[in-house]
Amino acid sequence: MEIFGVPGALLGSQLLVGLINGSFYAILSLGLAIIFGLLNIINFSHGAQYMMGAFVAWIALNKLGVNYWVALLFAPIVIGALGVVIERTMLRKLYKLDHLYGLLLTFGLALIFEGVFRDQYGISGQSYPVPELLQGGVNIGFMFLPIYRAWVVVAALTVCFATWFIIEKTKLGAYLRAGTENPQMVQALGINVPLLITFTYGFGVALAAFAGVLAAPIYQVSPLMGSNLIIVVFAVVVIGGMGSIMGSILTGLGLGLIEGLTRVFYPEASAVVVFVIMVIVLLVRPAGLFGKA
Amino acid sequence: MQMKKLSTLACAAAFATLSGAASAQISDNTVKVGVLTDMSGTYSDLAGAGAVLATEMAIADFIAEAKPAFKVEMVSADHQNKADIASNKAREWFEREGVDTATELVTTSTALAVMKVAKEMNRVALMSGPASTPITNEQCNDVTVHYTYDTYALANGTAKAVTQQGGDTWFFLTADYAFGQALEKDSSAVVIANGGKVLGSVRHPFPAADFSSFLLQAQASGAKIIGLANAGADTTNAIKQAAEFGITPKQSLAGLLMFISDVHSLGLQATQGMYLTTGFYWDLDDDTRAWSKRFFEKQKRMPTMVQAGQYSSVLHYLRAVQATGTDEAGKVMAHMKATPIKDFFGKNGRIREDGRMVHDMYLAQVKTPAESKYPWDYYNIRQTIPAEEAFQPLAQSRCPLVKK
Repeated sequence: MEIFGVPGALLGSQLLVGLINGSFYAILSLGLAIIFGLLNIINFSHGAQYMMGAFVAWIALNKLGVNYWVALLFAPIVIGALGVVIERTMLRKLYKLDHLYGLLLTFGLALIFEGVFRDQYGISGQSYPVPELLQGGVNIGFMFLPIYRAWVVVAALTVCFATWFIIEKTKLGAYLRAGTENPQMVQALGINVPLLITFTYGFGVALAAFAGVLAAPIYQVSPLMGSNLIIVVFAVVVIGGMGSIMGSILTGLGLGLIEGLTRVFYPEASAVVVFVIMVIVLLVRPAGLFGKA
Repeated sequence: MQMKKLSTLACAAAFATLSGAASAQISDNTVKVGVLTDMSGTYSDLAGAGAVLATEMAIADFIAEAKPAFKVEMVSADHQNKADIASNKAREWFEREGVDTATELVTTSTALAVMKVAKEMNRVALMSGPASTPITNEQCNDVTVHYTYDTYALANGTAKAVTQQGGDTWFFLTADYAFGQALEKDSSAVVIANGGKVLGSVRHPFPAADFSSFLLQAQASGAKIIGLANAGADTTNAIKQAAEFGITPKQSLAGLLMFISDVHSLGLQATQGMYLTTGFYWDLDDDTRAWSKRFFEKQKRMPTMVQAGQYSSVLHYLRAVQATGTDEAGKVMAHMKATPIKDFFGKNGRIREDGRMVHDMYLAQVKTPAESKYPWDYYNIRQTIPAEEAFQPLAQSRCPLVKK
């Protein structure tokens, strides 16, 4: 069977690969959307925090003998704690200022983090092995699916929807959302809003680190792995609507699929297709697909 | 009194003439070598700080051997793989800082931009990093030397060996810019000339991280060999993901441009058995080992061919300045072209009229983890490709400087 001159099996496998990449976009854009929604900070160091998550996993494995499964929990905690420190000592002072200041600060931090890792580890990157339990793959008819990639989709989507559930359906989430709408009022009701905000930033950063650990066995763990990805992820957030939780998850997955198809029909354009869509969305719906105008 | 004044004047005049004679030959009595390289991006491990170190070693060795009457200085800058930054920096160096030669220039687009500036300002450009053949063909000029390797030599080594050993159907994964396209074009020609067939190719954005889509297309083509017409992180990611998707070992990969830094980063498990063409291997003989160990002492990594070529090219240039007593580009280039290159790097080396430095190249195969006995013991050298066969013959040259 052929669709537009492309064999059906190839198209099926490309859609699946698109979904895998989409789950990375989803989990990274989710972290950005949460941070923007609750802190009004455009976290430009998100890519660097993703990179550091991967590096923490690599260092933990090679220097401390800590395996992948532990790293999946350990790296987000370490990098999330670093996020908490950044929020407490630096970001906190910027909330009253224009968005631009937060963007510049986090961008500067990203450059510093990348520079430090580049100086220590060089640019070529380090290899992180696929954990034993997830090695190999299965033939699913139209393609050979590496088990690890299937795991990435499951793990990323589980974390994404759990996050959505916490924010939209639980009491803690209700506090968070109320805190962003009217911090003074929520504070007056006896809830510690600054602590909530610190926790939120730490959590958003931990999501990035979690994605970094997921990515470590697929890509070379390298200091620049985040900076190439982060620009696309920002476009995803803009398309989905800044601050929209479900919007960022669905947009991430959808754009992964569209990018996957572009790689078959017009591979040269696969790096720009997301930005073309961003331009169109901004012209038609400036608040993004899921955003509130 | 009058006499004394006169004699002082005479002395001063004589001195002025003497020093004037010297400075007319070598401007400011200083030779300034500029290293314009990728200090922070994709190619910073294969060139970058290691290329700066190689330059410092060349200058130190030159001063020790030649005890020159002039000073030798070095400046370096990060061109970030961007042609506009590279050409602006080179212009600033040539116009305001008295730099005599711009060197290294990894990434073809920066090299092509800087060689034009060098021609305009009549300074020498020494290219140890870039790969594309247009540097010594359509775009060639008489102040540029292309030193270490090029896409023709890579294709002529790797693509030829792999095709002759039965890998006769190819699909290319090509980085979508000047270098990738040149490498694909040169390799396709070699595959076809050796009786093979090219089934297709896909152009991926540069740089890319996820190669699964492109690899699946290569898989669907059914080609025996997937040729990687890319470099650096693109190559290492593609190799890693090909194993993940079960594409290797059913289909084989041919890394058309791989450096020892790539093999080091991926490990032997992932790269064992791959063929590659290189202009230099640290463990080739006593001379290469001696120099490489000095390099390793400082850099904590073994040198790539680009870094070794950088040393050799700067040393050859400085010797030519010493021999001609001038830093004028035309005279220095004439001497460099007339003098064979004899050092640990440039075996049987000479610079042709098109600016191509031809020297012996090596076809290497990556060792298995069991074969590797000590750190950085990575290659079996399968074949030495003689200088005269390794590079594009002058008869095929598209460079206007070549008289036919």
